[in-house]
Amino acid sequence: MLALSVFSLCHTSVLYADDGKLLATGAVTTIEGTSGGGIVPWATLASYAEEGEWGVTVNANFADVEDFQLGVQSINFNYDNRIELSVAQQRLGLNTIGGDLQQDIYGLKLRLYGDLVYGTAPQVAFGIQHKRNKTYALPEAVGARDDSGTDYYVSAAKAWLAGPFDRTWVANYTLRATKANQLGLLGFGGDVNDDYDLVSEASVGMFINRQWLVGAEYRQKPDNLGFAKEYDWRDVFVGWFPNKSVAVVLAYVDLKSIAGLPDQTGAYVSVQVSF
Amino acid sequence: MKYKFLALVFSLLLLPAQASDLYRALGEKQGIDDLMASFVLEIAADERVIEHFENVDIERFHRMISQHVCELVGGPCVYEGANMIEVHTGMNITRSEFNAIVENLITAMEQHQLAVSTQNQLLAILAEFHGEIVGR
Repeated sequence: MLALSVFSLCHTSVLYADDGKLLATGAVTTIEGTSGGGIVPWATLASYAEEGEWGVTVNANFADVEDFQLGVQSINFNYDNRIELSVAQQRLGLNTIGGDLQQDIYGLKLRLYGDLVYGTAPQVAFGIQHKRNKTYALPEAVGARDDSGTDYYVSAAKAWLAGPFDRTWVANYTLRATKANQLGLLGFGGDVNDDYDLVSEASVGMFINRQWLVGAEYRQKPDNLGFAKEYDWRDVFVGWFPNKSVAVVLAYVDLKSIAGLPDQTGAYVSVQVSF
Repeated sequence: MKYKFLALVFSLLLLPAQASDLYRALGEKQGIDDLMASFVLEIAADERVIEHFENVDIERFHRMISQHVCELVGGPCVYEGANMIEVHTGMNITRSEFNAIVENLITAMEQHQLAVSTQNQLLAILAEFHGEIVGR
């Protein structure tokens, strides 16, 4: 009798992974390990966990531009479609200069209110990204002030089921307070500016059908280091959501000039698996 | 009398013109009835939501939802059932269950090879009921 009740308790437990959200509404995983586009965190939470459910997403990103290669691996937990915890490791290969830059990013995101799909209010989330640079010698040499830093951001995202051309559209705006130079790979703060900057980041996408999303992103950057100007980033992307387990993104990224090396354009690929 | 007759002719002329593009894209009354039949079959095969339909008269459910959709998309139908809040009160429909129903509708629309634009228009209309259906 006891065994039976324990069994039924387990059976009805709220702690089960499930796929309660609609396809693609967990978005993809950014280069900083959180749910979003490629370079912009969104108000979405990763995986397909809805209320009372949990989900895990693992992700790998790779960008190959003229003089640099960025590799990212991350893991991301979502409970209740309310709280998202993420850990990401970034490694930037310096092809022409030699060596690499590395950092770890610990992310927390809370959905505050609203819903991506239903109702008129946008889904709004607040997030923190705590970043720890593991290769601080070079950042310090070029004028960075700290080997760790914390970004704070607020994001608002909305999907329109039947937007222009009767296609489903999604848009996101993120306002971030940051001291990070080139995401933090070149440390935090600098000789020119050591205060927090407020930067805007935005994405817009259109679903051609249920599985294919095309879109563009823009990300403002601070400019704290005197040795080289830091530029805003942008990309155009194609996302593929064949099912609720896998998502793949291909993008063309334009990172302008990084560390004084111009014309950093190239390809970006991202693969994520959700459980 | 003359005016009554004119009004009747006018309203008869007006009826087909009022029927929306979406109503036509869905195959009018017959198309909506068929689509809703597939939708109901999808729901009946879905373990995530079937518990809510255990004591439901499926034929009546099909008739009412077809009538409701026909009216909502601008067809010449009048929905005679109760409003969505009344219908769903006490059911405790979760957000996941609502999404499961949406997925069943998408599967049915795919079976009927409806264009993505037609699917999106219908989904957008029905998604408006989320607040009246979930958590009641």
